[in-house]
Amino acid sequence: MMRFLRHSYTAIILGFLYLPIFILIVFSFNASKSRAVWEGFTLRWYEELLESEAILDALSYTLSVAVISSLVATVIGTLAAFAIYREMRPFERKLSMNLTYVPLLNPDIVTGISLMLLFIFVGMKLGFASLLLSHVIFNVPYVILTVLPKLRQFDRNLYDAALDLGASPAYAFRRIVLPEILPGILTGALFAFTLSVDDFVISFFTTGSGVNNLSILIYSMARRGIHPTINALSTLLFLTVLALLIAVNMKRGERKK
Amino acid sequence: MGRRFLAYPYHLWTALFTVIPLALIVYFAFTDRYTAAFTLDNLRQAAQPVYLGVLWHSVWLAGVSTFLCLLAGYPMAMILAKSGVRYRRMLAMLIVVPMWMNFLLRTYAWMTLLEKNGAVNALLAFLGLPPIHILYTDYAVLLGMVYNFLPFMILPIYSVLMKMDKSLLEAAEDLGADAWTSFRRVTFPLSLPGVYAGTIMVFMPAVTTFVISRLLGGGQYMLAGNVIEQQFLAIGNWNFGSALSVLMMVLILLSMVGLSRYDKDGSGGYFL
Amino acid sequence: MNGMRKAFVLLLLCGVLAALLAGCGGGGQKSAKRELKVYNWGDYIDPEILKSFEKETGIHVIYDTFATNEDMYVKVKSGGSDYDVAIPSDYMISRLLRDGLLEKIDFSKVPNYSKIGAKYKNLDFDPKNEYSVPYMWGTVGIAYNKKMVTEPVDSWGILWDAKYAKQIFMLDSPRDSIGITLKYLGYSLNTGNEVELAVAGKKLVEQKPLVLAYLVDEAKDKMIAGEGALAVVWSGDAMFMMEKNKDIAYAIPKEGTNLWFDSMVILKGTKHKAEAEEFINYMTRPDVAKKNVEYIGYASPIPEVESKLPEDVRKNIAAYPDAELLKNAEVFNDLTENMPKYDKVWTEVKVAQ
Repeated sequence: MMRFLRHSYTAIILGFLYLPIFILIVFSFNASKSRAVWEGFTLRWYEELLESEAILDALSYTLSVAVISSLVATVIGTLAAFAIYREMRPFERKLSMNLTYVPLLNPDIVTGISLMLLFIFVGMKLGFASLLLSHVIFNVPYVILTVLPKLRQFDRNLYDAALDLGASPAYAFRRIVLPEILPGILTGALFAFTLSVDDFVISFFTTGSGVNNLSILIYSMARRGIHPTINALSTLLFLTVLALLIAVNMKRGERKK
Repeated sequence: MGRRFLAYPYHLWTALFTVIPLALIVYFAFTDRYTAAFTLDNLRQAAQPVYLGVLWHSVWLAGVSTFLCLLAGYPMAMILAKSGVRYRRMLAMLIVVPMWMNFLLRTYAWMTLLEKNGAVNALLAFLGLPPIHILYTDYAVLLGMVYNFLPFMILPIYSVLMKMDKSLLEAAEDLGADAWTSFRRVTFPLSLPGVYAGTIMVFMPAVTTFVISRLLGGGQYMLAGNVIEQQFLAIGNWNFGSALSVLMMVLILLSMVGLSRYDKDGSGGYFL
Repeated sequence: MNGMRKAFVLLLLCGVLAALLAGCGGGGQKSAKRELKVYNWGDYIDPEILKSFEKETGIHVIYDTFATNEDMYVKVKSGGSDYDVAIPSDYMISRLLRDGLLEKIDFSKVPNYSKIGAKYKNLDFDPKNEYSVPYMWGTVGIAYNKKMVTEPVDSWGILWDAKYAKQIFMLDSPRDSIGITLKYLGYSLNTGNEVELAVAGKKLVEQKPLVLAYLVDEAKDKMIAGEGALAVVWSGDAMFMMEKNKDIAYAIPKEGTNLWFDSMVILKGTKHKAEAEEFINYMTRPDVAKKNVEYIGYASPIPEVESKLPEDVRKNIAAYPDAELLKNAEVFNDLTENMPKYDKVWTEVKVAQ
């Protein structure tokens, strides 16, 4: 009975999350450019997608920015969380946490414009590097916020004991702390990747000519209507990710046997 | 406390990328748009009842959606934590993957789903139920917020629940606690750090979202995010926009002080 | 954790590969090739034309897009961009000009400018034709569903008709929505008069209960799906709706409307002025302009192009309205100083219950 309840609840939540994705996939085969009418099945948008350099370029920028920024942000965020948890005095910790919230609390437009002004002020040329840096900046707080709860759960005596036994802090961190907080780190990395893929406003203001991500492309299409090739792209991306997920799981299953 | 080789770099990081941009916004908030002279006019204007009303509505909607996320997300996090290793990782990924599709596309899809003659109403009609008209109302905005922020509630709670000390639960059972009591007295209190993290990651961005209210709310009203965006872009008044966002930030961080009183754990020091 | 780690490694590899690809792309362009950076609205050019331009001239085009005039303005004004050519709208061109962000075009290098119709020249935002070349133009009007609206539509007043309660889509933009209300009341849509604005604001608050939603581009799909009876739309969107749903018609109210232009300009500080002029000239060449307007579906300012289009397009008032209909139409001026007044009115409309 419990098992049944668990499965149905999971199904409901997943259904809720995937309902719009399903609609998106259906639209990618719609011959009409409008979402409002169904004019028959077509693969035209998929063909156009392969010819669209702009979209493929944006895709490669999106992925590279998302992967690099989430990895960098994960490292910075994890170390920062450890510093906040372990190395700061109470008042210092409170101040530091409140400053960590600022990027979450600021509307994207404020973060975007203020970072742009900062980059221009220090003479940094807007482009791939500034785009990447700004993604790292807005991702770090999310990593900190997911890692901290795991640290709070962690028995700090273990770390101290390791230090007392003569382990170097780096060694103690790697061998004692890291395995314990790994779920938090992975969640943080996932969030960072997700936010990076999806960001429009901050990206728009911090990128330079010739460097676009998918979000910029998609939002700028809004006035004229989003081109269905974007639906086709989303469908392909989604299926690729799903296939990867299943493949990874199958493989692990085999090894277990 | 002696070793602080991580604290200083993080302070430097925050100083460069949070404090300086923040100082810029504060500078705009306190200066005149044309003369750049010091002024309190922007803040005075931002504190008008109209804008405080907008802010209140935003906080209220964000609060409700955070609560709904917690309500829907907590059981999911528990299910995740109790699942087998293989299943659980797959499931955690499955919860995040929809968020990798572009936000605008997903929101448009919801608009299509919820419209008068949309798929949801077709399904309801098929089941013999009356149609719902929630598009362009608060309900649609709430739905959009919950949809978009749910994973940010589920996963932090899940990651905390996962490695919880099982012996505590067993002890509770040995002492004769029923399932509900042991949840209320043991599991939930221990998961609070995850709940805090999730709450912050849902609530704070929800207060300033502007696309969800514009599209699913049909632009019927303004939320804090819309007002600020409008000042920065359509009106081009960065000074007033900055004043609004500074005011909002201060009010929210202050109100968090109230919340922190419930952070009995105390070791977190999450809020001022 | 092994599978997870593998997935991450895989992702990392993807990322590095993508970065390499992107990097190589960037590196390849650095050679002595002539290049040009163009900034335009999203999906607002036939991609084939960019390719043919590159092929014919050997100029490499770096093409980026923006979502609104204001987004573009912030980027250009702050010095955070280095575009050579941009395609903003009328009032934004005045603002760029006022801020000294535009470069004079050498029209001897743009011989095709002579193809532009006389009525699209000497416009308020560029009275001496020094800085801009029209790209597309259009109007704002009412799109309505003939099945739901059987009476003739010829006045903005129909948007205040309680018969259509909760079937009306308005534009979610202070300038446009207040603008048409001002026109309805017989005022100029460029007014800075607070009394007139207050009257318009009251009118909009009065209308609010009748409005189903304030949308921008999404109204298009909603009207096609028959979700509303009346919508305030840009003419280009109306063309699209009429093509997808035969019940939709477009009307330009007799009180007058907003006439808009998106024009090509050269931005100050360009290092590729010659290439920019070559591009503008190319886009204005009738055969290219025709191909482009067919892709975009808006209206071309080149009579030669208009005359070659199919009759149903030429006769469609959403595309090419008669001069009579445009008698009372106005083009937006830049209202930077007065925008806070509009903002105040608009905020009051939005917070009204």
